[in-house]
Amino acid sequence: MIFISQVSLWIIPLFIMLVLLVGTWKKVPSYELFVEGGKEGVKMAFSLLPFLVGMIVAISIFRSSGALDAIIGLISPVLLFFGVPPEIVPLALIKPISGSAALGVTTELISTHGPDSFIGRLASTMQGSTDTTLYILTVYFGAVGIRKMRYALKVGLLADLVAIIAAIVIVTLVFG
Amino acid sequence: MVNLIWAFMAIIGIVYAMFNGTMDEVNKAIFESANEAVTLSIGLISVLVFWLGIMKIAEEAGILRGLAKIFRPIVVKLFPEIPKEHPAIGYILSNITANMFGLGNAATPMGIKAMEQMKQLSGTDTASRSMITFLAINTSSLTLIPTTVIAIRMQYDSLSPTEIVGTTILATIIGTMSAIIIDRIFYYQSIRRK
Repeated sequence: MIFISQVSLWIIPLFIMLVLLVGTWKKVPSYELFVEGGKEGVKMAFSLLPFLVGMIVAISIFRSSGALDAIIGLISPVLLFFGVPPEIVPLALIKPISGSAALGVTTELISTHGPDSFIGRLASTMQGSTDTTLYILTVYFGAVGIRKMRYALKVGLLADLVAIIAAIVIVTLVFG
Repeated sequence: MVNLIWAFMAIIGIVYAMFNGTMDEVNKAIFESANEAVTLSIGLISVLVFWLGIMKIAEEAGILRGLAKIFRPIVVKLFPEIPKEHPAIGYILSNITANMFGLGNAATPMGIKAMEQMKQLSGTDTASRSMITFLAINTSSLTLIPTTVIAIRMQYDSLSPTEIVGTTILATIIGTMSAIIIDRIFYYQSIRRK
């Protein structure tokens, strides 16, 4: 398990080095390309802004009123029995529906519980490890006019469920 | 769906506050959290700019194409209905590699192109076996480096913002493999019914 946290530490610097080495080797204008790509990053951050404001405010209302704690109190005995931290439930519910909304939930969890808490690490892992099934289904099938989607939704949602369980188990094993 | 969840979180919160005397906290939370969200989004710029810049170099240097070559035999196996040299395979590969590097904006158009090609192969408005396999792989999102999450962790002063990369990759691999297995199970069930 130490190996996994070591991989986490090394992978990004090593990847950057590899990209720059290959880029220089292939004689592409690295710096100019970097700037060009970076401009998209600015756009992306600003396009995320309204998603984050909307979702974080709604969750804050829900949490600060005490309603969230009341609901968590109700369902936590069942979830704790299976080893699932109840705080994570809103994220698990919203993740298959909307990616940007889920990012808002993840952010709120990290901000409330701290990035290095168990909940913070679990939310981070879950955010990165599944995608938004309903969004992808709508966009891809909608774009090419598929009307009968057969078992596609079932497969997507079941796979999400497995990924969420996997995230909980792995984070418990590595950081627990 | 997301509209309902979003609206009801706020509505339930406000109604709950009415009966439990927490209106003061709710009031404070609305303005503080809006402020926090804006600060956060602006803070995300640093990591997103840096990462998308690096990814642009990777793209132009042919690293994505190189990876596509490595994955080609696996993808050909996963989509037995698509002929080996069909353009759909190429689009599927670009979509998967772009997703792996967190280039969602580049991945989506490639994915739609792949769907178009697969629709031409099947010629109906019913989802084909390959389309569903492709969706299953996409919804389980093979990510190598979860940039946005790392950026958010940095904003909240994590001692080790990247410590979740390993757990994310592991969870993603398990998620994608189960997506493929679940897809196969449903496919074989659907032909047995016929």
